[in-house]
Amino acid sequence: MTKILAMAALVGLAASAAWAQKTTEEGIAEYRAMLQDGNPAELFEAKGEDLWKKPRGPKNASLEKCDLGKGAGVVKGAFVELPRYFPDTKRVQDLESRLLTCMETLQGFNAAEIANTPFGKGEQANLEGLVAWISSESRGMKFNLPQSRTEEKTMYEVGKRLFFARAGTHDFACASCHGTDNKRIRLQDLPNLTKPSGAASGFGSWPAYRVSSGELWGMQRRLNDCYRQQRFPYPRFGSDATIALAVYMGVTGKGGESVAPAIKR
Amino acid sequence: MGDPMRIRAQVAGANAVVRVLMAHEMESGQRKDSAGKMIPAWHIQDVTATLNGKTVMTAEWGPAVSKNPFLQFTVKGAKAGDKIGISWKDTKGDSRTDEATVS
Repeated sequence: MTKILAMAALVGLAASAAWAQKTTEEGIAEYRAMLQDGNPAELFEAKGEDLWKKPRGPKNASLEKCDLGKGAGVVKGAFVELPRYFPDTKRVQDLESRLLTCMETLQGFNAAEIANTPFGKGEQANLEGLVAWISSESRGMKFNLPQSRTEEKTMYEVGKRLFFARAGTHDFACASCHGTDNKRIRLQDLPNLTKPSGAASGFGSWPAYRVSSGELWGMQRRLNDCYRQQRFPYPRFGSDATIALAVYMGVTGKGGESVAPAIKR
Repeated sequence: MGDPMRIRAQVAGANAVVRVLMAHEMESGQRKDSAGKMIPAWHIQDVTATLNGKTVMTAEWGPAVSKNPFLQFTVKGAKAGDKIGISWKDTKGDSRTDEATVS
């Protein structure tokens, strides 16, 4: 009799262990699905659309003539083709650095001053809204970063080297965490950014609303935080290093669908 | 006056499902700033939902509700074309009212 009871207990234990394992993964999936409905990034999108159309800055102009790579004022589809080369600035620029250029040339803001503003403060907070809205206008489209110019190819190569370059007190590189499959930090799956599918899901889910901080993070802020976690010096906002990394990830993830602005823990 | 809300109200059978996104700091009053001083509480206290002007739900919220809160509820008997109104009042006396049509 006791034997049967013990057996039953064992079976029960095994069943509950399997059940617990399943619910962890299912639980995360369920949590994400719940967050997906009612992503507060929508609040930033609405703010960004207003900011794009509103005359602001010393020149009291709107951003509606801003060229994001598809012609002046074209927003739809621009996000999935950035970073790209811009002949007027002679630089490869991502969305955020391009917006800085537009805010300087069209609205008369001081781009260097905004770049030095801490994330989430002053004009940086406005940039978050603009990034949210512009990326949302390309939702569902496939990443297709141009690679026809020498400058763009160079940026890809630079980004690739930066991705694998080990340095700092921890002898870290981006590739230490994001170079192999199935790595995880606590409950966060780390995408393998050297593979098309991983790069598409990793690069393609920023900008995103961070639930833990209640803020909207663009790619610049995401990379800045990656550098912090590696104990590297912070890169400058809109620096060539961060843009090169974005080019590397974006080109690797070509064909991936943009879900931005996404929602993250 | 706070930032606008995003309200979506959709018919589901005999009822309507209302989903609201509110823009609010929702400071709990239990955090310190970089100088070590307590940040005073600042959060939504009262939430009211109306159907065609008639109150259908009231809620009292506290500091435990997240920043930029998301609220979802079902209104019995709401039909397409009905007006759903949501208003909130926070601890600083600030308030905001927005309206949406059930679709």
